[in-house]
Amino acid sequence: MRGPGEDGGTTVSQRILLKGARVVDPAAGRDEVGDVLVRDGVVASGGSASGAMVLDCDGLVLAPGFVDIHTHVREPGREDKETVETGCRAAALGGFTAISPMANTDPVADNAAVIHEVRDLGARAGLCDVFPVGAITRRLGGEEMAEIGEMVEAGVRIFSDDGHSVPSARVLRNALTYARAFEGVVIAEHCEDASLIEGGQMHEGHHSYSLGLTGRPRESEEIVVARDLAVARLTGGRLHLCHLSSAGSVEMVRRAKAEGLRVTAEVTPHHLSFTDEDLLAYDTNFKVNPPLRAPEDREALRAGLADGKIDVVATDHAPHAVEEKEAEFDQAPPGTIGLETALAAVVTHLVEPGLLTLARAVESLSVSPARILGAGDHGGPIEPGRPANLVVFDPGAEWVVEPPFASKSRNSAFLGRRLRGRVVHTLYRGQVVVGDGKAQR
Amino acid sequence: MNKHLLSIHDVTAEDIVRILDTAESFREVGTRVIKKVPALRGRTVVNLFYENSTRTRISFELAAKRLSADVINFSTSGSSVSKGESLKDTALTLQAMGADAIVIRHSSSGSPLTLTKWVRGSVLNAGDGTHEHPTQALLDLYTMRERLGRLEELRVAIVGDVLHSRVARSLSFALVKMGAEVTLVGPPTLIPPDAPAWGVQVSYDIGSVLPKLDVCYMLRVQRERQRQQYFPSVREYARLFGLTRDRVGMLPEGSLIMHPGPMNRGVEIESDVADLPQSVIEAQVTNGIAIRMALLYLLLGGAGPHGGEGL
Repeated sequence: MRGPGEDGGTTVSQRILLKGARVVDPAAGRDEVGDVLVRDGVVASGGSASGAMVLDCDGLVLAPGFVDIHTHVREPGREDKETVETGCRAAALGGFTAISPMANTDPVADNAAVIHEVRDLGARAGLCDVFPVGAITRRLGGEEMAEIGEMVEAGVRIFSDDGHSVPSARVLRNALTYARAFEGVVIAEHCEDASLIEGGQMHEGHHSYSLGLTGRPRESEEIVVARDLAVARLTGGRLHLCHLSSAGSVEMVRRAKAEGLRVTAEVTPHHLSFTDEDLLAYDTNFKVNPPLRAPEDREALRAGLADGKIDVVATDHAPHAVEEKEAEFDQAPPGTIGLETALAAVVTHLVEPGLLTLARAVESLSVSPARILGAGDHGGPIEPGRPANLVVFDPGAEWVVEPPFASKSRNSAFLGRRLRGRVVHTLYRGQVVVGDGKAQR
Repeated sequence: MNKHLLSIHDVTAEDIVRILDTAESFREVGTRVIKKVPALRGRTVVNLFYENSTRTRISFELAAKRLSADVINFSTSGSSVSKGESLKDTALTLQAMGADAIVIRHSSSGSPLTLTKWVRGSVLNAGDGTHEHPTQALLDLYTMRERLGRLEELRVAIVGDVLHSRVARSLSFALVKMGAEVTLVGPPTLIPPDAPAWGVQVSYDIGSVLPKLDVCYMLRVQRERQRQQYFPSVREYARLFGLTRDRVGMLPEGSLIMHPGPMNRGVEIESDVADLPQSVIEAQVTNGIAIRMALLYLLLGGAGPHGGEGL
């Protein structure tokens, strides 16, 4: 079996010296100023740097490239919103060297053929590694298990019916149990109870009542989190909880981890940044599932990420066409793009206020997601012989989020926001795919 | 006043008094043989109705015509909307045609606010989803003030499906703003959980509320809510919350019965109760025209009701 991206690598002997960076490499327990030399796609063990291309990294942070385990790229099916290539370019600009496209494409990624197609499109783009997520159930229907084993053979590690919870506890039980046959395979759940969110447009609370929008109460998430943790206990299965949004869910995950259940959890940059108050002007870019919740939920998510109850920042990058989002609120599809703003959101809302160290930020954007994904070439440590999947960013750089985006879509909840933290260079297998903040191809 | 009327939150108590006073002076126009003033001559008002509502559309149409405005009715049936044109493209088209005011009725909450991003003229919310229906609230306030002489400290119950009612929202906000005492009455499933934050009382027992009222305002209850299991049956709803003959007897002398229409006779209101002398449901309709004349006039800054001087 061939790993993703191997056929997109460089064949030209090439040396790059990343000079004077603050190297933040949590996997090696390292945070110090130093040089990193890259030769022929891998980190070199010192040696001569003469003749190498020198990237001055003074005042910049060098870290293992980011890994997104929750991306929507819309190909196959809705290439007008995003293709694998444009998604990969957006990822590279955001400092990501690996992404995981979700299975809700058309056709659904519930079989090895679609998995191969998406990964091959990624390899052809050659901008980052692409690890497709497989569907848990056929056509995301929630009833019949998809051929998980065949997709595992095709390289899939994460399975998810993202967009919906698996409605039946029995089907989830079987999936978690069945997946135990495969080392490292993860069942990732979107947690929202379908009956409780019917017609729901936003977080249910004071603002939904005054805006006249049907609510999605936080309990719709907590009910499913509680059920899924119980099923994880029942099966001993490996469960991952996608995009947590409520304080109650964070607390349940804490208890589950203390109990020793095999569970991990993610949070999105937008849930860390915004609340339901941001919907007061009916701006459809803030319409996301699960919804943006109350300030106390956002605080719990931030604290949960800081102390490790939540493992991962994942973007849930969800591109939508302009005409779909420029519509009546209840008719607009949910989702915000997020690859190009993820780092800045984390730096601005967590690192700058002192809630999160830079090392912990890198851990949640790179080390932990790489581990969950089983992407051994990512997440560091930055050591000789390892693939040079690296990001260099300026944690202090201020910028305003505005089009153009590398993504085909521009439905960003961060539009017009002034953020801190900007990616300068992204190296994918030793190639500078982003240089001085610009995509190189 | 603001350029638009999207929500009762857009107007102050002083604005409301001014709107009601302006409507008062326009009401006389409706009693003339020639029911027309030249206040908005040469201005264009578009009625953009994405939801069927004969009474609100006709009321706005008459109001604009009595002000001598040119009126265009744009409804979903037979227009480009039914062919799938987006709200934005429709808005840009109306903008290009020079609409001075757009009256919008839409089943999606917030669409009037969304519309303001694409048009230069004034936008009037004629009911959006389960959000607000501010002109209905203002005509109701007008009717209460006309009949009872004041709004301050009026005791008003709003009875029925408050949760899904844009009328109840706008009316509650407006009454609280004017110093009235509002009680929301209905089954707990149809009362918004955060109603106390609106500055209103909540009761699940209509019988205990009726004897203390100046106004009993009944809301339309859609039979669909029973299918969604907000209450067990229409029969039980009518028994617990309907305004029956017997219950009317519990209302103090001189109190009013109101309803925004269209009524579900036999559900929220017993048929002959709607026709009692204390029922002012027809007056609400008549006053609606005067209120909408006042709003168009104030928002578009036209000439005065007697032609020329302004108010």
